[in-house]
Parts: sequence; C-alpha cells; structure tokens
Amino acid sequence: MTKPRTPEPPEAEVTPEPLYMRRREFLRNAGLATLTAGGTGAGLLAITGNGPGLSSGKGTPAPEPAPLKVLGRYSTSETPTRYEDITHYNNFYEFGTDKVDPSENAGTLRTRPWTVSIEGLVKKPLTVDIDQLLKWFPLEERIYRMRCVEAWSMVIPWMGFPLADFVKRVEPLGSAKYLAFQTLLDPQQMPLQRSHILDWPYVEGLRMDEALNPLSLFAVGLYGKTLPNQDGAPIRLVTPWKYGFKGIKSIVKVSFVEKQPPTTWNLAASREYGFYANVNPAVDHPRWSQATERRVGEFARRKTLPFNGYGEEVAQLYAGLDPKTLY
Amino acid sequence: MPARRPPLPWLKPGVFAGGLVPLVVLLWKTVHRTLGADAVAIGLNQLGYLALVFLISALACTPVKLVTGWTWPIRIRRMLGLFAAFYATLHFTTYVAIDQQFDWRVLLADITKRNFIIVGFLAYLLLLPLAATSTDASVRRLGFKRWKAVHRLAYVAGVLAVIHFIWRVKIDVTEPVVWAVILGVGFAIRIIDELRTRRKREVRPFALRDPAT
Repeated sequence: MTKPRTPEPPEAEVTPEPLYMRRREFLRNAGLATLTAGGTGAGLLAITGNGPGLSSGKGTPAPEPAPLKVLGRYSTSETPTRYEDITHYNNFYEFGTDKVDPSENAGTLRTRPWTVSIEGLVKKPLTVDIDQLLKWFPLEERIYRMRCVEAWSMVIPWMGFPLADFVKRVEPLGSAKYLAFQTLLDPQQMPLQRSHILDWPYVEGLRMDEALNPLSLFAVGLYGKTLPNQDGAPIRLVTPWKYGFKGIKSIVKVSFVEKQPPTTWNLAASREYGFYANVNPAVDHPRWSQATERRVGEFARRKTLPFNGYGEEVAQLYAGLDPKTLY
Repeated sequence: MPARRPPLPWLKPGVFAGGLVPLVVLLWKTVHRTLGADAVAIGLNQLGYLALVFLISALACTPVKLVTGWTWPIRIRRMLGLFAAFYATLHFTTYVAIDQQFDWRVLLADITKRNFIIVGFLAYLLLLPLAATSTDASVRRLGFKRWKAVHRLAYVAGVLAVIHFIWRVKIDVTEPVVWAVILGVGFAIRIIDELRTRRKREVRPFALRDPAT
C-alpha cells in the first residue's frame, strides 16, 4: 500500500515566518491591551464611585401606590416621588456622605428599644418609650414637598402626628421659647460619628411658634409603612417650609429651652446655614443659587417657591423680620 | 528586516479603550435609568470627576518618570491630557445644556458670582488651547520651547480644578484633598529635580577648573 502523501501546501499559502511571528506578537499585544483597558476602566470606575451596583434599588420592594383618597388639608396633590428614590437618595451623614450610603449602611441602627427624653422647661420631664409615644396620637398622612438646601426636591407621603399635639401634651412652661432636638449618639450604630465631618450628635431647633405651626410634623412612617432607617427611623422632624437639613432624624431628645439652641449645620458653616433655613429663592446659598431646584425623577429644573410654597401657612411667623436673615 | 515598531504597542490602545469605559457605563446607566435618583447631578459630578482624574494623571507622568525612571508614562501623557479635555467638555456641556437647560441668566450669574464655578470654568478654558495644540505639527509650528511654555498652563488648570472640587463639596473635603496632595507631591518632585539639575550645572564648571589651580 502506498501511503497517501499529504500534499504540500502551495508556497503561497504558507505563512511566512516573520508574519507568523508577528501574529503571535499581535495576539500578545492584543491581550496586553485588553488587560490595560480593563485595568484602566475598572480603576476609573472605582475612583469615581460608579461601580456596577450603584443605586439599582434592588431588594427594596416598592409599596403599591397609595389608592386615591381625600387629601388632608395640608397635603399636596403633586405626584409623590418614587419610594425607591426617597429611600436611596438621602443625606444622613451619620451613615456616609454619599446619597446612597445611608440606604447601604443604616442597617446597623437599632430602632427598638428606643426612648425619647423630654427635658427642660416642661411641667413634667419624662422619658417615653417610642411604642408608648406612638399611642399618644392618631397617625395621619401628610404629603409634603421637601426642598433640600442642595437644590433638589421631592414630594414625600409621610405618616406622623403634628408636633403641636406633642408640645401641648408635654406642657411646656411659659419660659420655654425654643425646642432643641437631638439625634442618637452611638458610633457603634452610626459609624460616621467616629469621623469629625460634623459635630456629633446632630442637633436642631425650632422657635416655639414654629413648632406649634400645624405644618410641623413628627414623622414615623413613609408611604404608609414604618419609616426606613435611612430616612430617620424611628422618629424624625419634618418642617416642609424649611430646607431639608432642619428635619433632624432618629430623635432621642427634645429639650424645651429659653434661648435659641445651637444647630449642627450652623455650627459647621454659619455663613452658609442659618438657624431658620427657610426656603427662599431670593437668598442664594453663598456657593450656589436657590432660585431653582430639580425635582427628583424630573429632568428640567423648576422654580423654587418662597417658603417652599407654604407661605400661606407660615409667612406670618416671620412678619417684621428681614427674610434675608432667615436663611 | 522587521519594521521598527514602537515599544509597548499595547499601551496606548489599552489606555484609550479603558478611558472610554466610564463613559460607556455612564451612558448605559442613563439609558437604563439606574444612575440614581438625581441622574443629572450624578452624571454631571462623574464627568467632572473623570476630567479631574485624567488631568492629574497627565500631570503625574513626569514626576513618576523622574522618580522611577520609567518612560512609558510620558508616552501616554498626551492621551491622558486629551481625555481630561474631553471629559471636561462633556462636564461643561452637561452643566450648560442639561443641568441649566441653556438658562443664560442663571449661567451668567453662576459664571460671574460663584467662585467655584469661576475657577472650574477657567480650568476648562485653559485646557482648550492645550488640546488644540496637542499635535506634533503644533509643536513644530510653535517651536518646542514656546510650546512647552504654553503647555505649562496645564499646572494652573490642575490647581484650579482641585480648588473647584474643594469649593463644591458641602463639608467633607477628604476626596478633593487627596487629589490636591497627589498634585502637590508631583510639584514637589519636579521642583526638587529642577533644583538638582541647576546645582549640577553650576557646580560642574567649578569642579573642572579645580585641579588646574
């Protein structure tokens, strides 16, 4: 048997050696280029915090939109911001300075057991358990606009009770002119309290007549559900005509005092953040304009309204005061 | 017989493709609406951050070479600088067209009244002539000395960009300060190197003359 000879390929089809070498080199270089591209790309994504999982909002079941119902007197009929956005775009520096940090880190906060101490110029100072406090008043829904000092806004369906009811119940003395609120201080639960970006604990304050205004709310829920930790559980302040930072979260203490109490952002930068923090499109933040805002979920900016649109309810509180001093 | 090929032929295509990855991710997330609640603000911030990272990286090439002796950073320096100008342009356009929607009154107020915007805008303006004269032909046309002098503006742009970042941040300046430190260390390395070479130049003729006396 004659062994069939493999035919020699024609000379033209043989890869010339230099070209063959070059192809190997080409493949090697392509591999190295891909590695470099991957490394550069991954590095840039890591540095700018644009990782793959950023605020996908997965794992947070959004509640069904509330059924149509009669809105309370103080509620806006504007479309509420998505639950996912309200719970994944927060300023709660105790858990991180990025907007998504609180949703990722606030799991360490234990909201039970929880007490709120009522101190200072009241008839009977006391410390009340949160579950007890929740039984003091019927809860109601308030759909409020929320305007952040950073020029973004939301519409939030809070659940809570009027601060005025709370104040009346604890019977402040005639000498009490201001309320001073305080957030929990516990670096174990609030990791950023180990840093010095702000003076901890977070403190806020209201004038007595501001606290008694029917708009002022102690919020304990959102979209008809228990308040998520990142939004200030178990109890927080809501004053919709003021910039959002007035809305102190996770409150453990309310003191009734005679003098205007210190407030955290005012302590951090008094030129930029005042005690009143009333929303005012005519008074710019020293570094940016307050004339417009972007409603979260919307594309175009909208005009910011004086007192965030609540002038009818609150403007008389500031009659005779220069609005320029109320930032 | 083999043609002269540049060393590390994979470096530039790799860095080029990698530099575009964040943009692709950004566009992807924009289209799929997963950028976050305030997508405009997030996109704006990220484009600005990318411009800053590329600008500082471009300015870090020479110091890295001086310390390590590596020459490859110099080979990608122009590309890094062009990426900085590219992302700065996207950052600026996003601010004008999407964030402020061509509201000229607001833009004018921003550019005349707000320090952080003024320094950011200046940094961007400085990058434009540098990007325009980044070609080899420009180096020949201007002459290397003059070209180099013009491109020193990149240092000014880097300082302004970091200031822009620091002034923009609400309270926690850790991140911008890290970039300021990187920039500062780079400057220090250059200055030390410059002083050393000058001293060498001054000392040498003296040393040569010494044995003769």
